[in-house]
Amino acid sequence: MPAAFLALLRRDLLLAFRRRTELLFPVAFLLVVVSLFPLGIGPGPALLARIAPGVIWIAALLATVISLDGLFRSDFEDGTLEQFILSGHPLTLIVLAKIVAHWLVAGLPLVLLSPLLAIWMNLPMESLGVMILTLLLGTPILSLIGSIGVGLTLSLKRGGQLLSLLVFPLYVPVLIVATAAVMAVSDGLPYGAFLGLLTAGLVTCVTLAPFASAAALKISVS
Amino acid sequence: MLAVSKISFERYFEPVFQPVSFKLEAGRLLLVTGANGCGKTTLIRVLAGFLHPSAGAYTCDAGSTAYVGHHLGIKDDLSVIENLRFMRDFLGVSSRNCKDVVIRLGLGRVSDQLARTLSAGQRKRCALGRLLLGNSELWLLDEPYSNLDQQGVGLVDDILTSHLSAGGACVLATHGKHRPEWASSHDYHLVSGAVEC
Repeated sequence: MPAAFLALLRRDLLLAFRRRTELLFPVAFLLVVVSLFPLGIGPGPALLARIAPGVIWIAALLATVISLDGLFRSDFEDGTLEQFILSGHPLTLIVLAKIVAHWLVAGLPLVLLSPLLAIWMNLPMESLGVMILTLLLGTPILSLIGSIGVGLTLSLKRGGQLLSLLVFPLYVPVLIVATAAVMAVSDGLPYGAFLGLLTAGLVTCVTLAPFASAAALKISVS
Repeated sequence: MLAVSKISFERYFEPVFQPVSFKLEAGRLLLVTGANGCGKTTLIRVLAGFLHPSAGAYTCDAGSTAYVGHHLGIKDDLSVIENLRFMRDFLGVSSRNCKDVVIRLGLGRVSDQLARTLSAGQRKRCALGRLLLGNSELWLLDEPYSNLDQQGVGLVDDILTSHLSAGGACVLATHGKHRPEWASSHDYHLVSGAVEC
């Protein structure tokens, strides 16, 4: 099974590399959305610093949802998903491999870009570390929860629109906790509890979300 | 290897095919024939476990099952050899050399081409590589001869013959005229809504 997990991870990364222009869309989207805020709200440094955590996190949610639809779509359409189900490997672990690959190509770039976004939004330097940490803990949760929605909407022709309606409400707790952690730093309050909550959320999602996604995928294939 | 007892499948409360029963022993081939829309693909998908039968049951004691259907399960953005390497590593049961398989499939000349640039017949051959790389006892083949040229049809018959003589079993659905030589006299002929044996 570990060999199949690694083979699938390697294949998905290779496929993502073959279509690297598509990888740029969520990243470019994130940059555009965040850069619109100073233009729309005005470049007052104090105001921008105050809204920076929320803006960066909401942009990260939007960018994730944009990239999510491709998570299982091509495997579903070309019949690879049927082969996965028939392979005898646990579908849960196959799903987990796909989610890891998705996070590496769609979630990790958001984390890596966040220092640049923080400068644009005039986020105080002392908050930057916690901002990166919340994204590091939070974006995998977005991929994991999103995979359930993708599995459920896979057999619909225009599943992407329904997908955003399905997953955004589930993203709300992540958004609240993550932005609260960053704001706590700016306000000089303790933020450890928020990071603890995010970590607990990540552990819960890694444990449970692949089971739900696998069940959803089986429904979509039948 | 496969015992099917009165399975049927309904879609929107209309039966796709009437109850089907058969027993498939090791080393045997079951040919499912019939006109378009009579339920051949649906039967194969039920046997593969993708669809649940509306009634009846089947038992399968094959170690693993291989399926080649209308959706070939190959990636357009990978080359032929990369597709086969992934199938081998993912199935994890074979140490076969993918280069040999490529040559057996008659794809030696295009092994480094992306699958999207191949013809329909070449793509089919690439998907059939799954059968050579795995060691599944039961094969479920849905129209394996479609898009293939004369030589490709011969290739399918060849690998089928060696699979069956090695003790494997196969359910093969086809609407075409070609019949593999292993086809026995008691094969199923599905007629929409009814079964003639």
